[in-house]
Amino acid sequence: MKRFLALATSCALMVAALAGCGSGGTGSGSGSGSGSGGDSGDKVVKIGVFEPASGDSASGGKKEMLGMQYANSETPTVTVGGEEYQVELVPADNGSSTDKAPTAANQLVSEGVALVLGSYGSGVSIAAGPIFGNAGIPAIGVTCTNPNVTAGNDYYFRICFLDPFQGTVLANFAMDKFQAKTAYCLGEAGNEYDQGLIAFFEQAFTAAGGKVIKDSFPTNNSDFNSYLNKAKSEGADVIFTPVSIAYATQIITQAASLGLDIPFVGSDTLDDNMVLEAAKGTDIQLYVSTFYQEGGNPTFDEGVKNYINTADGALDANGGNDTVAAVTAMGYDAYYVALEAIKKADSVDPADIKAALWDVTYDGVSGHIAFDDTNGDAVRDTAYIKHSTNDGAWELETQQTVKQ
Amino acid sequence: MEFFISTLLFGISVGGQYALIAIGYTMVYGILRLINFAHGDVFMVAGLLGIYLSASFPLYVAMPLVIILTVALGFCIERVAYKPLRSAPRMSVMISAIGVSYLLQNTATYVTGGQPMIYPTLPFLSDTITVAGTSIKWVVVLTPILVVVLVILLTQLINRTKVGMAMRAVAKDFETSQLMGIKINSVISTTFIIGSALAAVGSMLYFTNYSSVVPTVGSMPGLKAFVAAVFGGIGSIPGAVIGAFLIGICENFVKILPFEGATTFVDAFTFALLIIILVFKPTGLFGEKATDKV
Amino acid sequence: MIQEKRSKRGALLGLAASILVLVLVIVLENTLAPTSQLFVVLKKGAVYSLVAVSMNLVNGFTGLFSLGQAGFMLLGAYTYAILTVPVSAKDTVYYLFGGSAVKFSLPDLFGGVDTPTGLILGVLLAIILGGCVAAFFAWLIGLPVLRLKSDYLAIATLGFAEIIRAIFQWQALGPITNGANMITQIPTFNNFNITDESGKVVFRLSAFFPMLIMIICVALIVMLINSSYGRAFKAIREDEIAAEAMGINLAKHKMLSFVISSFFSGVGGALFAMFANNAQAKVYTSTMTYEILLIVVIGGIGSISGSVLSTFLYVACSEWWLRGLDMGSFLGIKLGLFRNGFRMVVFSVVIMIVVLFFRQGIMGNKEITDLLKPRKKTKEVAK
Repeated sequence: MKRFLALATSCALMVAALAGCGSGGTGSGSGSGSGSGGDSGDKVVKIGVFEPASGDSASGGKKEMLGMQYANSETPTVTVGGEEYQVELVPADNGSSTDKAPTAANQLVSEGVALVLGSYGSGVSIAAGPIFGNAGIPAIGVTCTNPNVTAGNDYYFRICFLDPFQGTVLANFAMDKFQAKTAYCLGEAGNEYDQGLIAFFEQAFTAAGGKVIKDSFPTNNSDFNSYLNKAKSEGADVIFTPVSIAYATQIITQAASLGLDIPFVGSDTLDDNMVLEAAKGTDIQLYVSTFYQEGGNPTFDEGVKNYINTADGALDANGGNDTVAAVTAMGYDAYYVALEAIKKADSVDPADIKAALWDVTYDGVSGHIAFDDTNGDAVRDTAYIKHSTNDGAWELETQQTVKQ
Repeated sequence: MEFFISTLLFGISVGGQYALIAIGYTMVYGILRLINFAHGDVFMVAGLLGIYLSASFPLYVAMPLVIILTVALGFCIERVAYKPLRSAPRMSVMISAIGVSYLLQNTATYVTGGQPMIYPTLPFLSDTITVAGTSIKWVVVLTPILVVVLVILLTQLINRTKVGMAMRAVAKDFETSQLMGIKINSVISTTFIIGSALAAVGSMLYFTNYSSVVPTVGSMPGLKAFVAAVFGGIGSIPGAVIGAFLIGICENFVKILPFEGATTFVDAFTFALLIIILVFKPTGLFGEKATDKV
Repeated sequence: MIQEKRSKRGALLGLAASILVLVLVIVLENTLAPTSQLFVVLKKGAVYSLVAVSMNLVNGFTGLFSLGQAGFMLLGAYTYAILTVPVSAKDTVYYLFGGSAVKFSLPDLFGGVDTPTGLILGVLLAIILGGCVAAFFAWLIGLPVLRLKSDYLAIATLGFAEIIRAIFQWQALGPITNGANMITQIPTFNNFNITDESGKVVFRLSAFFPMLIMIICVALIVMLINSSYGRAFKAIREDEIAAEAMGINLAKHKMLSFVISSFFSGVGGALFAMFANNAQAKVYTSTMTYEILLIVVIGGIGSISGSVLSTFLYVACSEWWLRGLDMGSFLGIKLGLFRNGFRMVVFSVVIMIVVLFFRQGIMGNKEITDLLKPRKKTKEVAK
């Protein structure tokens, strides 16, 4: 009986695998034609949305995707070669983890997308980069700030600033605003985003004569009291924590209950309403650098708020309120950059779009977007720094520029 | 000095949290010889239950409900996942435990959508006081006291009552105690009920301190609690508690070590400690020596 | 005599089947669209099945409950990655540390990744060295911990894997391990595709390569299991004390099994780095070990072909067939229930069902070749 079962299973496996090949083959066959598939005259161009919907970056990924969905609802078509194409967003969950990212990326490739947007989180983008590269599909990084996303990968572009820039901006800000001499840096061990930013922050901070104390906590750590206490006893003037949202909320709440009066400086990941919620009603001073500040473009703010409040599931994805996250604005811009590229290429073929992307320029809600000629990074020299008002809102502190 | 005392305080507080979980581990291990990998996840589910229930009920209803539901969960896990495997090799039971842990984590990811959830503030426990110049929450002070009270109660239960006697008998020899007319299944269920109740109480204290709940939140405290149980000599409740406090304190002192990068090794340190103990004194600090019968 | 004949026939059958599979892979790869999820499944399945078989060797055949697989994979992956990053790419990859402390790259020593010799020799050497490093650390850790009994051994090896991970995440070792950053730009499976001058792929071998390595390694493990060592391992599994009384050197054989298993896990780790295009310590957590353990259990503890079979099933389900459960529609059924994470819930329920009700897994402790025997026998009798 057991034997029969085993034989049957193995046969089933073979059959299923073959059947899978068949369907896989036809699927990608129609996919490779991208827009030309579909016989009813409704031409479709697929844009892959490579974002985390689970794992520790899920909160950011969902907000970024909101921006794309809103943009898609606003402009659902693009005209190529005189014909109107429907733009379809194809999401794939990369689970915020570098081992799930390649398969999620390949899923997009096998669906026959014309180009890819994302991801929130640099690690997953770096891991998926070669997959898109090998398939010849261009990808536009929306808020992945690590230099290695685009370095060495011809097919990865990005529309946001980079970590060396962000680290320098924040170090300068800490020096100017708080006359900081000693900075305490805390990041997750083994997380390239955290450690990369800390390294750049350290470079800029020590170059300007400051002293940096670096610490890292293991993944899934939830007790930060000792770290914060150490920062206090070491006489830190500022605490730099470029950590993901889940850790940031913990650190802020624990610092609040410790009654810590050292200001916190965070990176773009901390610009999230969950962090804002954690700082609400406390005396914590929280400053973050970001891509966009609500109020920067009232029409966009109004439209996206309306979308968040009305679209199905959007309010949940935004964390239960309608504060506009910078990543949403970036997602919105990324979508339009993608449309610009398709229009400029006048084709839905990935290779043409890639060739056209280098010269795409676009004035988005987060500022002017253009790509440099070496890596396809955005040419940006401005970051917004904002602080929590501790009643559930951000307030623009300053705009910082660094001349490269 | 103030810095030293406050670090010690945090260590004791963390140790107290581990202790509450470690008791559950050590009791189950003492009786079933099973590392209940799912215990840390039961703790996580208790945290999530606290969040969801307090959203729809007032706290004085929600918190007892959390305990009841967690106990029910622990009971069901034992009945469904461990009881059918009682005669199977120990490895199968442990694999089943890993499976349950996998299931609970994945279900939690599905339900929460992978987003960190914020635990409600409990009145009084979340209020802060100042001890030795550091402002801390009441829960930090209360946890160790509660743990000590629980240990006294549990040792009384085990040494003085009939159920306790049955537990000791089952732990000593499974089959003989069955022959002596002890209802093994109800004894084991009792153990799981006590363990889960403690995990539920532990979750309230833990998440009042560290307010965000993610699906993997239980795995690390769970493993550390197990290390604590081994440290103290598995099967011994006072041993587990002392082990938990020691680990909590050591861990917090590793976090403030002055040389750079030391903090990367906070978890690694705990495991290194475990391996050293296992190699040099496998029975732990208070464990009884067991002999293999041929 | 009879036994020898039987195992010989099994070996022949296995050989024939492997060749058939390899040919099939080449044919499929060069006829189907290369973007099909099938190839992801084949590649990942090859990597995972090697690790699953190596775990089965120590857990299923020797009866040592080890949970250190992810740690050994990490060692293999990092050794491979550190040794194969092209010299020209080192500054970009190790950008935080101003270049790598390892000044050479194995493929470059043999003429570069773009030449066939450089690629094949360099990559193979790096893979084997990856296995060796893992085996060395296994020996080191095995000295103290292999004396421990079942669950203590499990937790000690699990702890060991966590320690290894912390070491590789240590920023101070950055010039070698690249700290928290992943090591990228390493030769991957795609480098094995044959291209013409313009860089266009003319013949695809990217799924063939991992399958080939996997089949060779698994064959080696099968040979080991069928040798006198293998019988000693099984004796230890059945009863340590009896085995010792029979004159089997427990410490030596346990160590041997543990080290060999770790070697192949290391090789698997190196292949995983090739599959994932990078090496990063963050990935090799205990969750990965659990995943592989569950694969072994589903396949049947003590069955090599079971492990291989269940790996491909597992990977195909999780990466391909069940994805619809996450995306909103599965087999044409659309339900609000189907949203992110549902796939894993269904998956873990299936696993629990297997663990509880089909304790033997797919194959129990039988092999595929065993399944074909009795039928033949009845035929002979009929004659």
